[in-house]
Amino acid sequence: MRKSILMGLCAFLFALGAVAQNATVTGKVVDEKGAPIAGASVLERGTKNGTNTGNDGSFSLKVKTGATLVISGVGFEARQLAATSNNLMIQLTPDVKSLSEVVVTGFGSQIKKDLTGNIARVKGKDIEFMPTPSVDAALQGKAAGVYVNSQSGKLGQAVSVRVRGSSSISAGSEPLYVVDGVPITTGSQSSYGGATNPLVDLNPNDIESIEVLKDASAGAIFGSRAANGVVLITTKKGKGGKTNVSLNVQTGNAQSSRRVPMLNSEQYAELLLEGAKYVDDFFGVPTNDPSSDTEFAKFWMNNQSFGLWGTDPKRTYEWQDVVFQKGQYRQVDLQMSGGNDKTKFFISGQYLDQGGIIIGNNLERMTARMNVDHKATDWLTIGLTTNFARSFNRRLPDDNAFSNPLQSVALMPMSPNIIPAGQPGAGLPTGTPPGNVNLPMYYNPQISIDYGRFTAESFRNFSTGYATIKLLPGLTFQSEFGMDIMSQQEEGYFQSQTVRNQTRAVRGLGSNRAVFITNYNTNNYFNFTKSAGKSDITATLGMQYQQSRNSSNFVEGLDFPSNSYQRIASAATISGGSSSQTDFRFLSYFLRTNYKYADKYLLSLSGRIDGSSRFGANNRYGFFPAVSAGWILSNEKFLSNFTPLSFLKFRASYGIVGNAEIGNFPQLALFTGGAGYAGVGGQAPSQIGNPDLKWETTRQFDIGFDFGFLNNRITGEIDYYNKRTENLLLRTNIPSSTGFNSVVRNLGSLENSGIEFVLNTQNLVGDLKWNTSLNVAFNRNRVTNISGQIIEGGIDRLPNRAMEGQPLGVFWGVEYAGVNPANGDAQFFRNLKNADGSLDRSILGNADFNQAQRVALGDPNPDVIAGVTNNFSYKGFDLSFQFNGVFGNQVSVYGMGQYSMANMIYEDNQTADQMNRWRKPGDITNVPQARYYLGNGNQPSSRFIVDGSFVRLRTVNFGYNLPANIVKKAKLERVRLYVSALNLLTFTNNYPLWDPEVNADSFDSNIAKGNDFYTPPQPKTILFGINIGF
Amino acid sequence: MKNKFFTIYLVATLMLGITACEKRLDIVPLQSLPPEQGLATESDLGGMLIGAYDALQSTSSYGGDIQLMADLWANRAYLRFRGTFAGLLEIASVTTTSNLILKNNAWAASLWGNAYRTINTCNLVLSNLNLVTSSATTKSRIEAEALFIRGSLYFELARLYGKTWGDGNNATNLAVPLVLTPTPSQVSGLKDENYPARATVAAVYAQAIADLQKAATQLPNTNLHYATKAAAWGQLSRIALMQGDYATARDMANNAIADFEGRGIGLTPNFRDMFYTFINFGGVAPREYIFYMRVTTQDGTNGLNTYYGQTVGSIPGTAGRGDMDVQTAWVNRHNAADARRAFFIISNRRLTQKHLDRFGHVPVIRLAEMYLTRAEANFRLGTSVGAAPAADIKRIRDRVGLPEITAGALTLNNILLERDLELAFEGHYLHDRKRLREPMPGSTLANGPAWNSPRLVLPIPQRETDVNKNLVQNEGY
Repeated sequence: MRKSILMGLCAFLFALGAVAQNATVTGKVVDEKGAPIAGASVLERGTKNGTNTGNDGSFSLKVKTGATLVISGVGFEARQLAATSNNLMIQLTPDVKSLSEVVVTGFGSQIKKDLTGNIARVKGKDIEFMPTPSVDAALQGKAAGVYVNSQSGKLGQAVSVRVRGSSSISAGSEPLYVVDGVPITTGSQSSYGGATNPLVDLNPNDIESIEVLKDASAGAIFGSRAANGVVLITTKKGKGGKTNVSLNVQTGNAQSSRRVPMLNSEQYAELLLEGAKYVDDFFGVPTNDPSSDTEFAKFWMNNQSFGLWGTDPKRTYEWQDVVFQKGQYRQVDLQMSGGNDKTKFFISGQYLDQGGIIIGNNLERMTARMNVDHKATDWLTIGLTTNFARSFNRRLPDDNAFSNPLQSVALMPMSPNIIPAGQPGAGLPTGTPPGNVNLPMYYNPQISIDYGRFTAESFRNFSTGYATIKLLPGLTFQSEFGMDIMSQQEEGYFQSQTVRNQTRAVRGLGSNRAVFITNYNTNNYFNFTKSAGKSDITATLGMQYQQSRNSSNFVEGLDFPSNSYQRIASAATISGGSSSQTDFRFLSYFLRTNYKYADKYLLSLSGRIDGSSRFGANNRYGFFPAVSAGWILSNEKFLSNFTPLSFLKFRASYGIVGNAEIGNFPQLALFTGGAGYAGVGGQAPSQIGNPDLKWETTRQFDIGFDFGFLNNRITGEIDYYNKRTENLLLRTNIPSSTGFNSVVRNLGSLENSGIEFVLNTQNLVGDLKWNTSLNVAFNRNRVTNISGQIIEGGIDRLPNRAMEGQPLGVFWGVEYAGVNPANGDAQFFRNLKNADGSLDRSILGNADFNQAQRVALGDPNPDVIAGVTNNFSYKGFDLSFQFNGVFGNQVSVYGMGQYSMANMIYEDNQTADQMNRWRKPGDITNVPQARYYLGNGNQPSSRFIVDGSFVRLRTVNFGYNLPANIVKKAKLERVRLYVSALNLLTFTNNYPLWDPEVNADSFDSNIAKGNDFYTPPQPKTILFGINIGF
Repeated sequence: MKNKFFTIYLVATLMLGITACEKRLDIVPLQSLPPEQGLATESDLGGMLIGAYDALQSTSSYGGDIQLMADLWANRAYLRFRGTFAGLLEIASVTTTSNLILKNNAWAASLWGNAYRTINTCNLVLSNLNLVTSSATTKSRIEAEALFIRGSLYFELARLYGKTWGDGNNATNLAVPLVLTPTPSQVSGLKDENYPARATVAAVYAQAIADLQKAATQLPNTNLHYATKAAAWGQLSRIALMQGDYATARDMANNAIADFEGRGIGLTPNFRDMFYTFINFGGVAPREYIFYMRVTTQDGTNGLNTYYGQTVGSIPGTAGRGDMDVQTAWVNRHNAADARRAFFIISNRRLTQKHLDRFGHVPVIRLAEMYLTRAEANFRLGTSVGAAPAADIKRIRDRVGLPEITAGALTLNNILLERDLELAFEGHYLHDRKRLREPMPGSTLANGPAWNSPRLVLPIPQRETDVNKNLVQNEGY
């Protein structure tokens, strides 16, 4: 009935249009309260014919009869209507688009303005075509309270993500990632060169939106897996109508963002001989005595330079030039979407080839995705999302390996990188046979790049099939079955030339490891919606079951016929082999209800029961409830007359979530095989059991406001949270005289609290548009109780520690007190606690280092993280740039510093600042006297703890859309040319090494953050691209 | 109708899920086993004993570090450490005036931890001997092997972390905790006794002697590459030497020699053939080895190779960091004709050839040591048990091309020099200085700490004093 009326109307209008020619329409544009809107645009649809409203909101426009008007105003939703008469009174409603956005909440979705929990949303568009291979790295600076540290400039390497601080000491601290309803495998599967990032297998350009569930109310639906936050990733769906095709091609290159200045040959010799002289004087050996250190130092510099130092002491070889390279970047993306009322599809493909900034590092990825949704009947919708990916990563060794290319900075500057003419092996990288393999001083990493390789190839399939059934009006049932299959093969081959490093590769060393992870998940839940009077109720009830199996096998062979044979089939000795399997399972039930009254009062209750194979027999199931409430103040009468305010909501939540990332079988007492000796199998005790073991419990309180001003031209959020984690799954120390170092107990607590602030503004509207979004988060992390346990990680002797009253992972060591001007000794503060609790600040000399007490020297956790993005557009041009900043954290450079920032204790080349060493009585400096092979300030101390704050120009994107008429001629929809850059500028507080966004992969753990150990910096990438729409 | 059907079906599915899935949470690991499954049969116990050998072979124990310490420590004048491991540099740089070894020295910590890990495995074997049902002989052998490993480690721990035997009062000087029962498998079982205090030097020596004496009684004469009677006698002779009990040292060494000679085994004719066991002999151990840690391409690391070795282009199969630079002063202690004087290779540094082989076995006790011990003890006691001292020394010197020293000309110093040169870089130097009450060389042969200096005792690892308040730190740290 209604349909026919509509059709009739259309026909009538059409008829009108056919007869009429031109007419003038007049009218007035007002807001929802009847106030005139000045400067609103009134346009005849499909033409360029238009005008703006005057101060009184009125307009007059000549149009073709039957035309449609498009009226739009800043901060209002655009409206279309037929230009039927004069004196039109056009009311626009405020644009609450950002507030009416639908937010994915896990097993359902909600309108943003009705949310009572804290969920940060990042649109896929905001991370599109960024040259970061994984979505987690792309999130950096985009969501308040989400701290992303890319850790290393190696490609495909693990990224550290902390949502509202670190909430665990021994258990996992990374958020749970859920892609289209399936909790995916994100743990590293690497057996070489540090942890890798399985998220690389997900094409970021396939993502429609990312929701980060931050507070307990939002997270409780994920129960024992939500304490570190939950990242929900939803992939793109097809949109009905015309088939859209988009092709994006970008290419460019990446370079190291910085070089570290090192000593040249002259400076090096000066420092080395000075240190040697000191030692000779100290032991009373004449410097010209053949056994003196001075003679040895001279011998050594000649020895290491093929004798060239003696003839040309100025010649310097810059090793950083050898190991850094310009990495080429190429990427092609093709996306199609379309469909009709019943069936919609999205198809995409990507090819990415990214060269590293370090020699020998490369990442290649191919992905294909197809998402289909089909409305089978009026009560049944089915769909499938499926993704295939292949990634191929040529990897680098871990930071703490002589073959790590960046370790070559330690080599003596007079050591040539290439064997000089006239020497055996001339022209080859120094150290390559038939040249002397013991030159240079340490292994030349280039040999491992030229004569060895280690690759990881991964095939990945994420798929989810679903069926949604409308059972009754307002009641639907959704059943999902998903899987994440990962098959990875690592292949390593090191030719005999690498034998100095791969000491067993005398006749070649080959290894092959395969990992196969099958991860199945099913979600089955009811969604119920009901409106009655002023009340709206929604409810979700369901279950989830997940099982994951990781099986792997490994084989290694030695003794190949020649370097041409590189598969283990040719190995004469099978030197290693293994296969293993481990499983985990979760069974969960969940319930959530949301209640809204009169569009003002919101209440939400949720809870989940989780059972897991990881928990002890005495504590198999846990219950995780949460409650939250909201009050939309702007809908109250008493605020309705306050016009600048367009939206204001107060919300609060409290709930309990857990952390079950404790590895598999931590609760069992275990013996482990693999303790064989000389060809006979053996076993040994490996773990003390704890049948009471259970999840970590995090209680989180969150209180916040969402606000909008000036018709929501200014919107934002402010939140305060307090997160207390108890029953920490703690690897507690026990005396190693038991034969064990630790047992896992539920013991201790820690706390994170902080403030988050989000502000989005539209600064300029009109032809030149400018909008800004800013997020700032303050977090304070404190370990509140670990029962006196000493838990350390990181670099030996200057470790990160978990300590009561201190942030997690504080650097724990002796405090450096500078240099004694009288004798050049390194000095340290005693820091012994006096009877009154104060610290004895007396100063100890270098020899009394053992008497100095250790104190907390710095905190690897930032106090403040922030991101600010500005978008400009003018006609066809658009420009956006994002800065992100990390403030108040410290980095330990002791890893490299103990060798290369230690006033020439060894023969390692030194950073250029070591030239400021003490030389004669009275010198005031912070660098102690050079003393060859006698420790003087190389001890682990705060000398090596530096400020890790930085501000980075993270992204810049400048584009130009070709004018529509040109594009149309080429029968295209859209052509955009752009230049983009990643990490273009970095500002630090005199950070001495490459990049403060760092964490050495060799030492990485929950506690061990902020260590720099010859760690490669982030790339500075510049790309040119073209985006074409068909 | 349709809706009702679906509702019933779906609710049923959900309910089914609940009951069917619950059992699925009970899964067990596959690579590891709970103790009740892992230690249920005689062969399980045999596997545990192998586990003890595996732990003993760790580079933190007889795989290298125990031996390394004794030649590295305060010995800069003879053996210069040129590596960049700060923990080893500290040990190497000890002089009368140097900095102390740091309390958190990583080598001191890992040696301690690994020794007790091994001891716990031995204790598990010893407390489950009832699983052996096949024969009393097997049971006795398994017990003896576990005792051998435990006793050997307590001896090593006592002399590294405690004062030298006879330096003050052995009955009050502290050594290390004595742990003689296995650690409970469940956390609820951990009690105060798992936080033990240090036992005295006398108590730990007594335990080591008791363990090794019982082992010597029950071990077989030959036992593949595992512990034998001769190995236990060898350890007992070392303990007796440290105690200055020359009669026992002589008798124990003599037992080991008699056992070997009774089976027709004497010194390996060519000194060089005692080393390069993989490169030249494909892993066949020299017959002279009484006890050694077996390294294969698949298992075990030669920890001495790591520091003493280096990749020498002309000898495929060599590897190592090349950190241990033998000084001219040491070379000059050799007679010009001494084959051992030529057993160095110059490759940036002067390296001993004893540990160049990447897959070479790690010698712990070899027959030459027994001859040297017997000679020294006989000489001091004026006896000729087994053989006259001059005859024993002749065997050692003959092999390296040195002329005989006649009985009339032989002095104690001759014997001790022979011992230094023969057993160099095999883990004796420090302990011999201590028992002989001689200073270590230090960096100039003049500034070495005295035999009883606290600088020649390892610190109790800081990690241990932090976690176990019953441990008292050593003097000076």
